[in-house]
Amino acid sequence: MTERLFEGADWDFHTLQRITDACEEVAMKDLGLDVYPNQIEVITAEQMLDAYSSVGMPLFYKHWSFGKQFAFHEASYRKGLMGLAYEIVINSSPCISYLMEENTATMQTLVIAHAAFGHNHFFKNNYLFKQWTDADGILDYLDFAKNYVMQCEERYGRTEVERTLDAAHALMSHGIDRYPGKKKLDLRAEEKRAGRRRQHEEEVFNDLWRTVPKGAAKSRSALSIERRRKLLGLPQENLLYFLEKSAPRLAPWQRELLRIVRHIAQYFYPQSQTKVMNEGTATYVHYRIMSKLHQQGRLTDGNFLEFLQSHTNVVFQPEFDDPRFSGFNPYALGFAMMQDIERIVASPTDEDREWFPDIAGRNDVMGVLRDVWANYRDESFIGQFLSPKLMRQFRMFHLHDDPEERAGIRVDAIHDDRGFRRVRRELARQHDVGYIDANIEVVDVDLSGDRRLILHHHVIKGSQLNETDAKRVLQHLADLWTYDVALIEVDAQDKVLREYVVSPRPIAAAVA
Amino acid sequence: MAIHIIDRRLNPGGKSLENRQRFLRRAKTLVQGAVKKTSQERDIKDVLEGGEVTIPLDGMHEPRFRREGGTRDMVLPGNKKFIEGDYLQRSGQGSSKQSGPGEGDSEDAFRFVLSRDEFVDLFLDDLELPDLAKRKIAQTESEGLQRAGYTTSGSPANISVSRTVKLALARRIALRRPRKEEMEELEAAIAACTDEDERLVLIAQLEKLKAKSKRIPFIDPLDIRYRRFETVPRPVAQAVMFCLMDVSGSMSEHMKDLAKRFYMLLYVFLKRRYKHVEIVFIRHTDRAEEVDEQTFFYGPASGGTLVSSALAAMHEIVRERFNPADWNIYAAQASDGDNSYSDGELTGLLLTEKILPVCQFFAYLEVGESGGSAFDLSDSSLWTLYDRLRNSGAPLSMRKVSERSEIFPVFHDLFQRRETAQEKAAP
Repeated sequence: MTERLFEGADWDFHTLQRITDACEEVAMKDLGLDVYPNQIEVITAEQMLDAYSSVGMPLFYKHWSFGKQFAFHEASYRKGLMGLAYEIVINSSPCISYLMEENTATMQTLVIAHAAFGHNHFFKNNYLFKQWTDADGILDYLDFAKNYVMQCEERYGRTEVERTLDAAHALMSHGIDRYPGKKKLDLRAEEKRAGRRRQHEEEVFNDLWRTVPKGAAKSRSALSIERRRKLLGLPQENLLYFLEKSAPRLAPWQRELLRIVRHIAQYFYPQSQTKVMNEGTATYVHYRIMSKLHQQGRLTDGNFLEFLQSHTNVVFQPEFDDPRFSGFNPYALGFAMMQDIERIVASPTDEDREWFPDIAGRNDVMGVLRDVWANYRDESFIGQFLSPKLMRQFRMFHLHDDPEERAGIRVDAIHDDRGFRRVRRELARQHDVGYIDANIEVVDVDLSGDRRLILHHHVIKGSQLNETDAKRVLQHLADLWTYDVALIEVDAQDKVLREYVVSPRPIAAAVA
Repeated sequence: MAIHIIDRRLNPGGKSLENRQRFLRRAKTLVQGAVKKTSQERDIKDVLEGGEVTIPLDGMHEPRFRREGGTRDMVLPGNKKFIEGDYLQRSGQGSSKQSGPGEGDSEDAFRFVLSRDEFVDLFLDDLELPDLAKRKIAQTESEGLQRAGYTTSGSPANISVSRTVKLALARRIALRRPRKEEMEELEAAIAACTDEDERLVLIAQLEKLKAKSKRIPFIDPLDIRYRRFETVPRPVAQAVMFCLMDVSGSMSEHMKDLAKRFYMLLYVFLKRRYKHVEIVFIRHTDRAEEVDEQTFFYGPASGGTLVSSALAAMHEIVRERFNPADWNIYAAQASDGDNSYSDGELTGLLLTEKILPVCQFFAYLEVGESGGSAFDLSDSSLWTLYDRLRNSGAPLSMRKVSERSEIFPVFHDLFQRRETAQEKAAP
């Protein structure tokens, strides 16, 4: 029999080393995981609070909003309203996991299995993370960002920097490229090309061409709009990118600040799209590793029970009428789905064979799971792999709330044969970031006129922007653009629902 | 695979301190308002402990584009009895509260905890000590360094390169050290020379120049200059605070408590502005004595009331120990307003002639029983006296207090930034 990893609740650094080695053995041999090198750091509660207020990163630039976060977390932690996380893990190479010093030995094992192997594998292999994040570079980049912001503060004054960052933060959720590989128009190259074209026209000028009869060509103004849009890369949904490249009066350092905020938003973008999968993967991995360690006799029964207790808490899903309910728990849903896939692959029922012909009975559980972890995000994952059995188990149902409907909220579908696909599609949609975030894009700029920036919000299902917040964000946007900004809310039929126009505050114009 | 396990627990904490300060700076007015509101409900000791404050979130809002309203679809777990096509009544609760997790921005107030220093700072921030600058001469306490020209000796770190090179250049010119170009010219001439005799002459010349350039160094130890620093004494402001209190039988515990609170605030305030603050406690009945703090507040005493005795004692102490040229003198007197009728004349004289001229600030606090109705009837003898003095131009501040909750407002009132304070003092 293998030796016990530890007895009781105490641990020291040798224990941590042994735990990590044991976890690694299971992770590599049994689960076939592929991870970044691990770096495990033990921190105190205070340091955990610090990490909370800098979005979990070990270093970050200074800004008052992080102080607000910190004050808030500190107050609720002191009053006992909030427990602290057992760990924080950072998508970087080496993959850094922070462990709380207060955790018992069992908890440390759980946390190492969860973060250092579960999340780590997901970070390294999921296509979104591969596409959008640079794990090797992120810490260096954050270091650069921190120093850059500091230098700007020294050179241009703290208020100026703060104002720019405030504005950038307000637009952060709209500073993301959603589609990879989009060829961006290089404005400078475009300018050169335009010059060359003009020169060419002059060289080959022949007045005779004027007399050649033309067809019903596009009017001059329509042409110029098209051309202008193309030149500015419009329509553009990445507002920060647009401002960085095209705002007329920003100083170079301000553009660089926008760029920093944009890069950081982009770095976190995959995480918001893969909450269920990420936590599901990590929870599944820690469950497998812990069970294996227990089987091998490296964990005592007592320790294993302690683990099961906190595991059960983590994957608890309150029902909709429970006061504790606040939406789907990504841990619960993710873990249940991973286990369900395991079941479908290993011992499918007829129903599973019908719904999942590709994977049912393939018998290579880890192969299928690793493939799923690498190639899906929450929306597509739920859309493909949520099984009828799980919908029944969670007793899911779909509500349709139309304010126009007098009779009340309609139950649109429930967990029965008629409803499975509809429930699944709706749940997948609930996890689609593209669907959750307001769809706002820059559509035009009146360059020859008053330089007004025109944005459209494409309203889906009648859900418009909150007015106070929209005005405030637009104020920030106008301050950066330094001319008027108009936001028009249009529905699917291009009917204008509402229009906002905001002018920049004078101070911002004076600064630029 | 190498696994690094690092113990970060010993790393310096307070990483968020800077961000927190930025937040406080930004929220200053809001926090200040909250601090004042909180402090009125609290005991002094608690006030100085810091604590939780609540500010409206509105001013610290971080806006984002948020969507609301419209048709909503949601999938929920835990169906018990619904079947497709059922209609649920809108209860205003449950389903309609489904809005996204947000970041707590729907809350209208924001709570957090201030540390003791932060609290006191904010609390006293808009207050100012009168005549702070008038007599700032004081003990030479700290010493600072100051540039003081150049010297010929010093440590290598202090070498002034520009000054050294300048002197070297001057010396080289004065002693006619051959320049490099001069020698190069000569060398070129030698190389180009065909006449053997002339060549020898030129070589001799070159040798001479070389010898001279060796004799006169490029930089001589004589040239070297060091930056000189001098230590200069920096004066440190110091203050003494006189607490005068009537402890005769008519002063109740409640009144003493009010007076104590006022003194404590004054002490905290002075302490923030001066490095050294000394406190002198003088209590009086019909005679005055200097006592320690414990006796001052809690020691039993009884007798008649002669305010002049306290003023005389204070004058004596000032004369002996606190030279007005070196000390900033602040005095606060607390009393229920009783004074022997015959003492009025002497008190007035002492105050205007001896005490007020040396004081930066003299405050009179008249304390009353809670309920405070006694004040409405008539002014006490001391109040009448001081009021007369003030009206004839003496720089006196005076207030009446009968409730604990009034202490802070009164204190604030007294130390408002100066213009307003004066206006209020002389209505």
